[in-house]
Amino acid sequence: MTVSIREFAERGADLELVGIQKRFPGFTAIEELDLTIPAGSFFALLGPSGCGKTTTLRLVAGLEEPTQGRILIGGTDVTSTKAHQRPVNTVFQSYALFPHMSILENVGFGLKRRRIADAEARAHEALRLVELDHLAQRRPAQLSGGQQQRVALARAIVNRPALLLLDEPLGALDLKLRRQMQLELKSIQEEVGLTFLHVTHDQEEAMTMADTVAVMNKGAIEQMGAPEELYELPRTAFVANFLGQSNLFTGTVVGTTDTAITVDVQGTPVIVPTARAARHQGEVTIGVRPEKVALHREAPAASSERNLIGPGRVIDVSFSGVSTQYLVAVPGLGTLTVFAQNIGFGPVAAEGAEAWISWEVEHGFGLEDEPGETTRFPADTDTRSIAAQRRDALVAELEEH
Amino acid sequence: MAFAAFATAEVQPQAPRKKSRIALFLLLPGILYLVLFFLTPLVSLVLTSLQAPSEFGDIGQYDYAFNWQNYVDVVEAYWPHILRSFGYALAATVLALAFSYPLAYFIGVKARRWPLLQSLMLVLVIAPFFISFLLRTLAWKQILSDESFIITSLKALSLMAPDAHFTGTPFAVIFGLTYNFIPFMTLPLYTTLERLDLRYLEAGSDLYANPFTVFRKVTIPLSMPGIVAGTLLTFIPAAGDYVNASRDFLGGPDTQMMGNVIEANFLVLLNYPAAAALSIILMSAILVLVGVYVKRSGTEDLL
Repeated sequence: MTVSIREFAERGADLELVGIQKRFPGFTAIEELDLTIPAGSFFALLGPSGCGKTTTLRLVAGLEEPTQGRILIGGTDVTSTKAHQRPVNTVFQSYALFPHMSILENVGFGLKRRRIADAEARAHEALRLVELDHLAQRRPAQLSGGQQQRVALARAIVNRPALLLLDEPLGALDLKLRRQMQLELKSIQEEVGLTFLHVTHDQEEAMTMADTVAVMNKGAIEQMGAPEELYELPRTAFVANFLGQSNLFTGTVVGTTDTAITVDVQGTPVIVPTARAARHQGEVTIGVRPEKVALHREAPAASSERNLIGPGRVIDVSFSGVSTQYLVAVPGLGTLTVFAQNIGFGPVAAEGAEAWISWEVEHGFGLEDEPGETTRFPADTDTRSIAAQRRDALVAELEEH
Repeated sequence: MAFAAFATAEVQPQAPRKKSRIALFLLLPGILYLVLFFLTPLVSLVLTSLQAPSEFGDIGQYDYAFNWQNYVDVVEAYWPHILRSFGYALAATVLALAFSYPLAYFIGVKARRWPLLQSLMLVLVIAPFFISFLLRTLAWKQILSDESFIITSLKALSLMAPDAHFTGTPFAVIFGLTYNFIPFMTLPLYTTLERLDLRYLEAGSDLYANPFTVFRKVTIPLSMPGIVAGTLLTFIPAAGDYVNASRDFLGGPDTQMMGNVIEANFLVLLNYPAAAALSIILMSAILVLVGVYVKRSGTEDLL
């Protein structure tokens, strides 16, 4: 399928990135990237700032040129095509609405450039879709942040691009507007059937909206898949900690059966299903999500269905309404996090209490990473160290009071 | 009114009323200065322009009167100079804009990554100010005189007729005006282009506009405050200039502008009412032109 900018895209187009590399003077933004996004899907590129996700988006939009590799949209190689010739539109993080034009002129800008008939009527239609038609004659500066964001969205989708790029467009909105816009984006996508490439650092946004999420770190994709898949079975420590939180342990594989491996973690045997573990021998890193973990006040009976760790001591209890987060320090294993739903009234364990923790064997997962890398993170951009710093800061603050 | 074009920030709401007395006190020196050095001469100029010659007086002696015939006389006598003034000023402004825009764009946008180059080029733009513009204009007279290397070479190459001159022609005057006022065009253009948000240009190309359309539809409108400020700073002084067009510099008998006839009437012919009437005509014409221009360019609501 060849895509011309003179006519509307009938449907979304596939996006293919082949062996993309992008170097800037002094640093490499993208090491090596291969990616295929099927037509009509909602694809989220998730990662911390500086991971290369915005550069990827700019490469697709044609605002940067790759150092190496090819970009294909709908099967057509557009690598050497200029931005204005690509059937792609972007909702910029800063919105970039033209300040000297009215809202209507802003939305109609792309249509006019493509000489599409009755641009004005179509622009009004797009504004009605985002419920802002009554502000068509205003200037962008007269609109609130949320309204500007919706105008930016209307300005992009009115062109019916084969591929719509979203650069953290919801970053500046408050929580309620954000939810509203997320819903709106989803329904537009279902209605119009475009291909969406959404770049964000907000894992919740990525998971609620996208069909497929790719977690990016240091210029490369760490793991890609459906949101549930990524969450339930992270492959690397980075994914395990960037997408939600994880309790990670390292140890040596001491036993193997057909269905499970047993890992010796500082003398405690922990069982992980073979199918959910990436490495089956030697030093491995295993983990479990905090909400899968149960907290016990007394040592529960040992069972082959559950892994049991303890005793440890509860060092922090933070109550957040729906759930309570406990930090349990276990000698030799470090601090583990437990999320407990508040089914009864209030926390079940007080600070300083002795506690055991357990989880069902099938909830554990084993990572691909070399264990050495997972115990200590060198970069300060890494989420776990940031979380640890925040926690320390919170603890310090609490102690002051 | 005209100065609204120079305002970069949005007009802030009025300060609380309580402070108005202090504000008035702080404004007092400025008001006194304006009354003394602007309003008084202006009133005096208007009165002079209406004077009539003394009945038994010498040349150069005038009495206060209401002789509005002075205006009719000067327009009849000097309408070619009036038209020439605005024609030359317009030509010089257009040329200065054509030279300065690419220059300012390069310094303000392309050279952003190299601050050192940026400052160096700005210094080069301002450097001519270190020498008096009279000297610089005289230097150009030498460079462009009939015996100069440039003119003799052009004649040798048959690019100029053997008996042609450059100094004393309208081209020389427009050249001089353009040269002398280019920094006044470049600097305001630079200040707006330096703040130009390149993300708007990216958004334009993302919305299918080719580089030329992006320039026409986004860059030019966003740099309008600089264009308006620069053209005003060039056009107003150029229209009243009397150095470049003077016979002692780049002009000749056929290139006299309003400034030159005002000078001649005031200092040579001692016809003060005519000089005053011409000054008032020049001033009002500029005010009207600038007012219409600022209104038409619609820069009030930019930023």
